[in-house]
Amino acid sequence: MALKDALESGKFAITTEVGPLKGTDTSEIVEVAGLLNGNVDGVNVTDQQSAVMRLGSLATCALLVEKGLDPIFQMTCRDRNRIALQSDLLNAHVFGIRNVLAISGDFPTLGDHIDAKDVYDLDSEQLIWTINRMNEGYDLAGNELQGKTDFFIGAVVKPVSDTDASFELQLAMMEKKISVGARFFQTQAVYDVDAFERFMKRAEQFKLPILVGIIPLKSVGMARYMNNNVAGVFVPEHLIDEMAKAEDKAATGLEVAARLINNLKDLCQGVHIMAIGWEKKVPQILQLANLA
Amino acid sequence: MLRSEQKPFEEILGYLEGEDKVFILGCDGCAQSSQTGGMPQVLATKQLLEGVGKEVAGYSVIDFLCEKALVASRLRPLEEKVMEADSLLVLTCGVGVQSVAAMVQKPVHPGCNTISLGGSRGEWRGSERCLECGDCLLHYTGGICPLTACSKGLRNGACGGASNGKCEVSREKDCGWEQIHERLREVGRLDQLKHFIPPKSWNKMRPRPEMLSTSLWALEQKD
Repeated sequence: MALKDALESGKFAITTEVGPLKGTDTSEIVEVAGLLNGNVDGVNVTDQQSAVMRLGSLATCALLVEKGLDPIFQMTCRDRNRIALQSDLLNAHVFGIRNVLAISGDFPTLGDHIDAKDVYDLDSEQLIWTINRMNEGYDLAGNELQGKTDFFIGAVVKPVSDTDASFELQLAMMEKKISVGARFFQTQAVYDVDAFERFMKRAEQFKLPILVGIIPLKSVGMARYMNNNVAGVFVPEHLIDEMAKAEDKAATGLEVAARLINNLKDLCQGVHIMAIGWEKKVPQILQLANLA
Repeated sequence: MLRSEQKPFEEILGYLEGEDKVFILGCDGCAQSSQTGGMPQVLATKQLLEGVGKEVAGYSVIDFLCEKALVASRLRPLEEKVMEADSLLVLTCGVGVQSVAAMVQKPVHPGCNTISLGGSRGEWRGSERCLECGDCLLHYTGGICPLTACSKGLRNGACGGASNGKCEVSREKDCGWEQIHERLREVGRLDQLKHFIPPKSWNKMRPRPEMLSTSLWALEQKD
């Protein structure tokens, strides 16, 4: 089922993501696509994730369409001006891509081409507004499109923050993104059910589907690394302890992910699993969570 | 006020390849206060160049090189020396180098790199900066400019990159949007966050035609 249909039918939606590699070798993505087919409602493809140059989201999404999956084309504002963004949206539509996720994008200095010029001609709210206009049949300059787009527009939100200002800003951004055309949200990874519940108490007023982010833990080191370096990710000590005591770290990491999904799923409309190298284990997580 | 730093001497030597005689120009304005193009730096550069066998046809420090009329009047008594040089090495900001290039029909070489002030002006040491964007948004953002306070210059709000109020670009830097949120909260205008700011016309940041550079070689035009 396509992501939009799944969400509109009220089904608990399942999305995951793949990150293209640096180079032209697509064999792993094709293999992962085969494993995911029939198990998920949509597959995000990251757009030069962490500002590291690699195979693009557009080509990879087109490949996923070919393999019978419903891709979610992640689009950052970092690398393209409004001409290139709009053109790539037309390209995506021609390739059968129907979901777009609009994001700002990590700053170039966080990646592997630190001297690159950052663009941000549009910000993520303006990109959503632009996609919405293209759905209505017009480009940003007001020209009529010969053949309009029909994108299901997604946006991101960070549900857990370490400052009040950041928490409130995220909610305000959410509201603004909705006002210009966002139709669904995917979140940063969540490990704290209570914190997510506090967020949902505020966000449920928007009455739009929210897919909670899950990143399976692979090791104690990974959990600590994320706590120190990834904005909006907070792995509680009790989960770190559980990983530390585990004999089979991988098995425990998958169990924790499945348990989190089960504890979070009544609060929201879907789950977004970011496996970060463990894409092939996603069906296993879904099985453990009784979602397969 | 513009700030500059001296280019590595090796880079300057590369510019001077195939040239024997050079005239050195410094500036007693910003380059002097940046300690990149005042008399001490001009003399030091002269010594370095002579040390590698270049001939220094002459040198001068003018306040300010960005003032074209002043460049012409101060160089006129030195015209012979200027014209016998293969080129001019100019120790100042990009404006000064362009100003000299406009006034003297000789190759000019920049001896400095102009450092971005990111929109700060004058000697003001505060953090308030203006990018002269031509479409001021400060009404919506609590009097804090999102183009300069946010690393990405996002107009409609924060990205998800902040940790403990610090920007993803540098932990030394506050998240501009959290500052904007705080200011709006203090003045009771958080409703401004709901206002959608449409795509910006960057066109307004381009200089007006009358500000674009002129070409005159006034030093040789005696009348």
